[in-house]
Amino acid sequence: MTIQEAVGPAVDTLRGSAGTYQLFAAGSNAGLAEHEQAFGPLSLAAIDAGFMSVLGESGLTGRGGAAFSSWRKVAATAQGRGAALLPAKPVVIANGAEGEPLSFKDKTLLAHAPHLVIDGLLIAGRAVSASLLYIYTTPAAMPVVEAAVAERRDARKIKVVQAPETFISGEASAVVNSIATGVALPLDNRRRLSAAGLKGRPTLVLNVETLAHVALIARHGSGWFRAAGSERDPGTRLVSISGQGAGQVLEVEGDARLCDVLSSAGVDLSTVGAVLVGGYHGRWVRDLECRLSPSGPGENVINPGAGVLHILPARDCGLEATARILDYLARASAKQCGPCMFGLPAMARVLSAIAYGDRNPRLVLELERLTKLVGGRGACHHPDGTARLVSSALEMFAEDMKAHLLGTCTRETRSAI
Amino acid sequence: MTEILHIDWTRCDGRGLCTELLPTVLVRDDWGYPLALQATNGNRSNPAISPGNIEAAREAVHLCPKLALSLVPEQAKPRQ
Repeated sequence: MTIQEAVGPAVDTLRGSAGTYQLFAAGSNAGLAEHEQAFGPLSLAAIDAGFMSVLGESGLTGRGGAAFSSWRKVAATAQGRGAALLPAKPVVIANGAEGEPLSFKDKTLLAHAPHLVIDGLLIAGRAVSASLLYIYTTPAAMPVVEAAVAERRDARKIKVVQAPETFISGEASAVVNSIATGVALPLDNRRRLSAAGLKGRPTLVLNVETLAHVALIARHGSGWFRAAGSERDPGTRLVSISGQGAGQVLEVEGDARLCDVLSSAGVDLSTVGAVLVGGYHGRWVRDLECRLSPSGPGENVINPGAGVLHILPARDCGLEATARILDYLARASAKQCGPCMFGLPAMARVLSAIAYGDRNPRLVLELERLTKLVGGRGACHHPDGTARLVSSALEMFAEDMKAHLLGTCTRETRSAI
Repeated sequence: MTEILHIDWTRCDGRGLCTELLPTVLVRDDWGYPLALQATNGNRSNPAISPGNIEAAREAVHLCPKLALSLVPEQAKPRQ
């Protein structure tokens, strides 16, 4: 299956590996008719209390990056109504912000299978007795999503809200803040969104791909979902592959080997220097035999995050590539929290100095010190994700670091990022 | 019951009163922001307050000019 017209700047070729293309089974740019023909109509009345246990058995985890148990999130929201006399009805938000520059699987999903996401949102809404439903998405995907919502009578209460195209706009509390006030910045995390989110109501924010999986689990059951993937990482996930040739979106089985995924995308493994797994908040990986599973990092396992796989060609310098990303991340700070506002630019200055020729060996220790200093100190996980990226670069590119300090790095300092 | 001192980073401006009142809990980082000396379950935004420091912590909450601090029971841990 090849899909070439996608909404937005990313034009993606899409193929399923190992015959597992379920999410795109309705074909490219699927309307409601194609959707119902491929998946069958949605029977919302069948979603009762038993669905929670089906979702629990499926083992579905969030596909937006954090890989938290979807069932636990839904259950926490259902219970978040508390014991008030007149409990507030919950809110469910389909998160399609996808601010990560190297990710385009959510835009692709919304372009080709918007009805599967809408199904998932309606199902999740019913499961928690929500009264407000939102789809939060980028300007590029807005027309398709709005048209899809307008096409169906059961989706009338869904509001489509535009997400700003910033790195941070998809963070769950920023999503809530954006819908409530138009400002897509994270909120202080003392209160849980499942207890008091949008308009003070229990709020469930789920990634659009997660909701598409919910729609299939509701139709086919947990056993069907678990038939793909592994015990520790059931089901399939979408990955965005970039860095070599045209960007591609693939649906791959859980726990897939990185080299198998890259091979099925047509990547020549001999030209791969390293792979950035999980995007700008992810990790650099050199061992292509490792498996992609949220149970990582561990022995031969790496957490795929939101499914970003970005290839660094063997001839390119990983330190410089990381310096460029770090510079972007420092600028992407919401500048609300001091350690992030000042710490990330400080880290970026040090890594850039190393990457572009400063041979002072103390810079490495300074970068390590700053990386430790920002961790765990902010309203959101932007500093933690940034620290994760830098730590993995220091580990994976230790040889390159030595070469830089000796002034002998011969790799090209030109990067696609 | 152990309480934790929650730092609302979106409000904190690094004025430093809390670090003076709780020198065994908080120091100032490179830019003046409070830095927990010990992480509580890997979390450095919510240091645990021992009984001996509770009074000083209450004072810090009341005196913080940016209203960035709050004392919360440990069970009511903020979202991760």
